[in-house]
Amino acid sequence: MDIFVQQIINGLVLGSVYALVALGYTMVYGILELINFAHGEVTMIGAMVSLTVISALVGAGVDLPGVVIVLFGLLAAILVCMGVGFTIERLAYRPLRNAPRLAPLITAIGVSIVLQNIAMLIWGRQYISFPPILPQGRHQILGAMITDVQIAILVISVLLMLGLTLLVKKSRLGRAMRATAQSPQIAGLMGVNANTVISLTFILGSALAAVAGVMVSAYYGLAHYYMGFLLGLKAFSAAVLGGIGNLTGAVLGGLLLGVIESLGAGYIGDLTGGVLGSNYQDVFAFFILILVLLFRPSGLLGERVGERA
Amino acid sequence: MASVPETMNQKTRHAWLVFVALGVGLALLPFLIDAGLGRSWVRILDLALLYVMLALGLNIVVGYAGLLDLGYIAFYAVGAYCYALLASPMFGLHLPFWALLPLGAAVAGLFGLMLGTPTLRLRGDYLAIVTLGFGEIIRIFLNNLNAPINITNGPQGVNQIDPVTIAGMSLGKTQVIFGVTFSSPHLYYYLFLILTLSVIFVSMRLQDSRIGRAWAAIREDEVAAEAMGINVRNIKLLAFAMGASFGGLAGGLFAGFQGFISPESFNLMESIMILCMIVLGGMGNIPGVVLGAVLLTVLPEALRYIGDLQRAWIGHVVVDPSDLRMLLFGFALILMMLFRPAGLLPSRQRKRELGAQGAIAEQEQVSVYDAKR
Repeated sequence: MDIFVQQIINGLVLGSVYALVALGYTMVYGILELINFAHGEVTMIGAMVSLTVISALVGAGVDLPGVVIVLFGLLAAILVCMGVGFTIERLAYRPLRNAPRLAPLITAIGVSIVLQNIAMLIWGRQYISFPPILPQGRHQILGAMITDVQIAILVISVLLMLGLTLLVKKSRLGRAMRATAQSPQIAGLMGVNANTVISLTFILGSALAAVAGVMVSAYYGLAHYYMGFLLGLKAFSAAVLGGIGNLTGAVLGGLLLGVIESLGAGYIGDLTGGVLGSNYQDVFAFFILILVLLFRPSGLLGERVGERA
Repeated sequence: MASVPETMNQKTRHAWLVFVALGVGLALLPFLIDAGLGRSWVRILDLALLYVMLALGLNIVVGYAGLLDLGYIAFYAVGAYCYALLASPMFGLHLPFWALLPLGAAVAGLFGLMLGTPTLRLRGDYLAIVTLGFGEIIRIFLNNLNAPINITNGPQGVNQIDPVTIAGMSLGKTQVIFGVTFSSPHLYYYLFLILTLSVIFVSMRLQDSRIGRAWAAIREDEVAAEAMGINVRNIKLLAFAMGASFGGLAGGLFAGFQGFISPESFNLMESIMILCMIVLGGMGNIPGVVLGAVLLTVLPEALRYIGDLQRAWIGHVVVDPSDLRMLLFGFALILMMLFRPAGLLPSRQRKRELGAQGAIAEQEQVSVYDAKR
């Protein structure tokens, strides 16, 4: 029983990170119908930048509580990622906004490769470890263990998701975003500057990705130049699972994927009599993605859209 | 009246001359390269031919049928493992090359159908992600299928794979034929050249066939194609299966050529590199695809010299050229899409489309953005 609860908790923590990244995919897709392939790499850049800042502060012997140092790292990561997100959109996507669909997808792959390799040139091929400066407390819940870091991840993601929902539903910018998603042309006629809205969407998504990147590296205690690829792929699967373009769907899909993955990894050995082990964990996301697309291509919460001729 | 057939005759004679010159050139190429650049470049030439085959296979799926496949390397892997497992000490099986080659292509084709069936209804970008996931699934399985029953030997890969043997003559060793000495890379070159030429021939005939036109129709407008009586489902599956079997063919050759394979040779970056080849060269255009494949195989090798240059000028290697390789590919993809979306040697049709579309889109944009100001 307690293993079950433990897997659920781990899954929810992992899932909330997926959800944050998935929100970035889904916001961009909702407005541009573009899969921002490079989004996972933005997460990676966030993790790397924050680790660099944190390590530098720790190395300089700054006498501050660990949480504050991490917050500084987080802030730096958010700022850098916002810049990266803005630049990507400006240089690689905007010029191709009216090109055939394949073109921006291919530049997106290109951007993702470029970011990955720049990160490799800057930070090297080795794993970078997270300095042990965060509180290491453990708490018992229903016979399972939950750490301070896990609690922080859950709380911060919930707050961010609520904040984003408010922003999209209530604010002027949110209304402009929803209008642009429906029709950039008409939104333009109503006085919305579509280009600004799209830029801001990328910036917002990248900021969320930066937070997610810091969370992942704090959770696993590691960061690596290649970490963005798989994370991005899973987050995208989560966005599709929930119904791409739908914010609530992205959150639901992320949490669901996290739980399925950690339950799957925990029990696959027993279920298959030891034939398949937990090293197949990464396969689940893809299988779910394929199954969802097969049976409900619009996702759990997505609307069914007719094919446009 | 007599002059008409004569010009025709001249034309065909001219074509034949070019053909013969090309044939002699291709036949002598490995010897010229061996003499000029060294034996290792003949191996690179062999690899380039393999990549031409792969790129032409992917070109069927992406260039002809317009289905973006990011997991194409999986079929290469299937073909390679098919060959490796049935012709190595792994299971003690040593099937002949001529049986394995079609088998690898057929099994890869089956995998193509397996991937194609569930993904048929997906639109471009979803398809890209699912195929990407499929490629990763295949790789993860190859990596982990060493327990509880050892099938693929896991991350260590399969080694001591039998070299290709034709008529009792192993291509893995130096052979003397009619007094001329052929080293192993030379022998493989001729085998690969013949197969590459047949793949090119098949690709050309496919493009102009009924199936090829159906692919083009689906690529341009799926709904309209269906309305014209094209069985979209079967034709798409055919594209997947055909592209996959080309990949499987190349994979089998790769296994025999290298003598060793491991899952690491079949990662996502390889899929993307093959995509780069056809994007760079010109999607849907055979000479373009061939050019792209050769360029992208040879350029990274040439990049090695950058390492030597750094050592000569700065004294040590600042940037490892192999690290630069993927970075340059990434930039190449972006820049090509931005400035020459139809590729270096675009197919005439696609060039026209992209040109026209660009012009219309520009007009639209101007009117929309004018209205906004």
